[in-house]
Amino acid sequence: MNTTQINLIEPAGDEARENYLTEHTVRSWLLTTDHKRIGILYLLSILVFFAIAAVAAAMMRIELLTPNGHLVLPETYNKLFTIHGVLMVWFFLIPSIPSVLGNFVIPMMIGARDVAFPKLNLLSWYLFLVGGALAVYSVIIGGVDTGWTFYTPYSSTYSNSNVVTMIAGVFVAGFSSILTGLNFIVTIHKMRAPGMTWFRLPLFIWSLYSTSLILVLATPVLAITLLAISVERIWGVGIFDPDLGGDPVLFQHMFWFYSHPAVYVMILPGMGVISELVTCFSRKTIFGYYFIAFSSIAIAVVGFLVWGHHMFVSSQSIYAGLVFSVLSFIVAAPSAIKVFNWTATLYKGSISYDTPMLYALAFIGLFTIGGLTGLFLAALAVDVHLHDTYFVIAHFHYIMVGGMVTGFMGGLHYWWPKISGRMYPESLGRIAALVTFIGFNLTFFPQFLLGYLGQPRRYHSYPPEFQIFHVLSTAGASVLMIGYLMPLCYFVWSLWYGKKAPANPWEATGLEWKTASPPPCDNFEETPLVTHKPYQYKPEELREGAQHA
Amino acid sequence: MPFHLFPEDAAANGHQVDQIFWALAALSVFIMALVFLPLGYFAIRYRKGNPVDRTLKNFSTWKFEVTWTIIPLFIGLGIFAWAAEVYFHIETPPANALEVSVVGKQWMWKLQHEEGNREINEMHIPVGRAVKLTMTSQDVIHDFFVPAFRAKQDVVPGRYTTEWFTPTRTGRYRIFCAQYCGTSHAAMIGWVDVMEPADYQRWLLSTGQGETMAAAGGRLYTALGCSGCHGMSSKIHAPGLEGLYGRPVPLNDGHIVTADDQYIRDSILLPGSQIAVGYQNLMPSFKGHLSEEELMELISYIKSLGSKPAQEHQQ
Amino acid sequence: MPEDTVAHQFNTMEQQREADTLGMWIFLATEVMFFGGLILCYTFARFSYPQAFEEASHRLYVGYGGPNTAILLCSSLTMAFAVQSAQLGRRRATVAFLLGTACLGLAFLVVKGFEYHTDYVEQLVPRWHFKWEGSEAPHAELFFWLYFTLTALHAIHVTIGIGLLLVMAVLAARRKISAENHMPAEITGLYWHFVDIVWVFLFPLLYLIGHRQ
Repeated sequence: MNTTQINLIEPAGDEARENYLTEHTVRSWLLTTDHKRIGILYLLSILVFFAIAAVAAAMMRIELLTPNGHLVLPETYNKLFTIHGVLMVWFFLIPSIPSVLGNFVIPMMIGARDVAFPKLNLLSWYLFLVGGALAVYSVIIGGVDTGWTFYTPYSSTYSNSNVVTMIAGVFVAGFSSILTGLNFIVTIHKMRAPGMTWFRLPLFIWSLYSTSLILVLATPVLAITLLAISVERIWGVGIFDPDLGGDPVLFQHMFWFYSHPAVYVMILPGMGVISELVTCFSRKTIFGYYFIAFSSIAIAVVGFLVWGHHMFVSSQSIYAGLVFSVLSFIVAAPSAIKVFNWTATLYKGSISYDTPMLYALAFIGLFTIGGLTGLFLAALAVDVHLHDTYFVIAHFHYIMVGGMVTGFMGGLHYWWPKISGRMYPESLGRIAALVTFIGFNLTFFPQFLLGYLGQPRRYHSYPPEFQIFHVLSTAGASVLMIGYLMPLCYFVWSLWYGKKAPANPWEATGLEWKTASPPPCDNFEETPLVTHKPYQYKPEELREGAQHA
Repeated sequence: MPFHLFPEDAAANGHQVDQIFWALAALSVFIMALVFLPLGYFAIRYRKGNPVDRTLKNFSTWKFEVTWTIIPLFIGLGIFAWAAEVYFHIETPPANALEVSVVGKQWMWKLQHEEGNREINEMHIPVGRAVKLTMTSQDVIHDFFVPAFRAKQDVVPGRYTTEWFTPTRTGRYRIFCAQYCGTSHAAMIGWVDVMEPADYQRWLLSTGQGETMAAAGGRLYTALGCSGCHGMSSKIHAPGLEGLYGRPVPLNDGHIVTADDQYIRDSILLPGSQIAVGYQNLMPSFKGHLSEEELMELISYIKSLGSKPAQEHQQ
Repeated sequence: MPEDTVAHQFNTMEQQREADTLGMWIFLATEVMFFGGLILCYTFARFSYPQAFEEASHRLYVGYGGPNTAILLCSSLTMAFAVQSAQLGRRRATVAFLLGTACLGLAFLVVKGFEYHTDYVEQLVPRWHFKWEGSEAPHAELFFWLYFTLTALHAIHVTIGIGLLLVMAVLAARRKISAENHMPAEITGLYWHFVDIVWVFLFPLLYLIGHRQ
């Protein structure tokens, strides 16, 4: 157990106890520099963008129920998958765990009062909002039909949609990412409590540190790439359009140089959450702490070297293809290490099936499938057939939804008592987890088969022999939607009617559990002192009552 | 089209690709079992309250770590090497392949055979012979995808890309555009008709244009005034084109390039970008005067001028 | 910004200073990636169109770029002296060197302004005022787009730097920067040296392609 010098605050149903939520004014929320409030502001914002993107997905799936659906015009369908991709990637997934859970938990986990630059943190949120507003505005005034990948010269010359407005939104949101990453790196380096050495940090911190490295180094390249599209589009300077003297494949190199590391931004934090959940709900220390910690760094570094695997059939040289392929196989290794280590953590543990653990187990399963299907795409000859088909869609949804979103849900349930001071209803939580799991697999597994059969991506209509797979997929999506609506309802419900949460309802280790639920404004009464490694669980102990130092 | 669970295999390369695919599938099932079975077993056996022995001996984890890092890495590298070898084969068209030119545009495929036959969204080819496509786009990036042949290649404006396959079964197989290209991307589909060689010859004759690509190119060559500078009796010092195709060409900045389709295209559209050594930057650009099909016909004509260099031009 | 009291999230002044410095280094790393992305674009284009780029580069005047390089290098020297003076607690010297650096930065911008004017007069401004003889006009135009974007972005950073220097000079005059609290000067120095280094890359890349008669 981490020994600390803080008094444990016992739950006493005392309404008057002041915490970070006490002050109610709008001003206190909109001008807050408290990392915990900023985390909640992000949570509310990303939910809005998620809802819009989810509605777009629903409309797509309904359109795809029949081979020649007429729910929407072809051009509208193209705008739907574009807004779905743009909002989900930049306005939901990338900020999800880092800006919500990371903001909330990191300072407490390392024993600090706040992040290194709290005002910069608030600025990040406002930049995020401005970016999101621009992106949504581009939809309101008619939408964008380039796909979230903005391939040129379609996006820079041919498309008649509001490309620059949407790009401006992503550009601004990029600065939000950069500043958040910068904030986290400095916080983790400089604000750890006494005794919190690097190798006593929880693995959630390691994964967010790696994520932040990617955010600060990759996002600027995206900014330049988007700027270049805008310049070509507005002023006709030939950068990517061959008719104007440019090179369309240059765009792909620049875009994927950012966007591949970006997908590691969209999984590393989820992996960090899983390390926390698997230890707590097995009552066991993590198997292979050092390997998991370093594997996060390895994923971040090697992740910068594989972007060309999106371009095997783009007319890139086959020798470049060789290099990118072998590196893509290599980058799979650190992820595999994590999966094996989490599994081994369960050995001789004492496992309970609370909702966070259900999400953690689901993550391990779904991420494994997603990761293995990545190998198909890394294999050059096979990728020739599978590139730009539904196989790719299934692969990345298994990782992003089956992985990251599942991790986000697990983390949200786990830290909900800390964030809100309330427990969510446990049985509903478990049911929702199961519904999500079933719905997800039904939605996306058929898409692997669809892809192998050869159905390309981004088709609003398709040959009739593919219909059965689309019907299964749409059915699954309906179930998945229920699985996501349930937590929305019961989390809100719990704010008023949920059981009051004690400081440490899960009897977890970790400094964030050593303070009240919800925490006071400055997180801790006194600065903690850390003397032990993390995850000092013992499985034989029964879970009853509060832990003592 | 009847319902399939797996795609048809109608070309010589398909079998090799499928082998790797199924090997990966088997490997995936194996690794999933390696993870899911212990996961499930541990989750059940070691559930809270189940009275089993949980005493853990103190052991270092690194032996496990190294083992389950090294072994999957080697398996992965093995698959990489296997797939890379097949990929090299897929990306290297054989000599003597039957050549078809493809121009993609929003939102249709325009094809032309060497004999001059033109097709839209359909490609008739004979079974059992290697077919090589030379492709470019008139506007945005497209992709010529034939799932039954496991063949796919982006079709990029401003450059030529190639794709090849040897059909092994007659029949009709779908063509899809596999790079999003705008509103009717999903409608940019077509059919490959693989026929018996005799039927293919009959088809060629019955739908012929009367003029081969090379002949059409020769007509353009004269009409656009190319022979005025490049002809044997020209007073302008311009490189001779006989036997040029496929030869190395030294440029005046010291590089040596091969006179392939891309080189000829760039020479016609952007003549100043690569000047052959010993010559001046005098050639005008024909950008805007030629369609992609006409460019391909010109290239076909220049190819037909053979690979033996002619005598030196007079100054 | 210099504070006499420690910001609320920090425990000691030392911690605050270290955090501020690390923050600046990371910010500079993002700037490297930002300019680096553009320079990558430039490198790719230059390898693709070497002749056009060489011709275009010859239209830039080393008579503007050369002196500007010298001005910025001198400004880095004065900046270094400013930081040293701050460390030694010499208030007047600190203010003088900070102002001197700012003046040199301003001189850079003035020269740049004249240069842009010349580029405009010679019709080298892409899309708005561009005329190019020869068959490689689009590639030459690409060079000039890269030239204007890179140098304008750099000039924006110089302007921000001048602003920072003036603020620092005021703070130094008011004794808010001292031997005990010289970090703000050091951090500003980091930023200014970075701006200088970017120019040291841009100058040869843009002005010095190939041989000149």
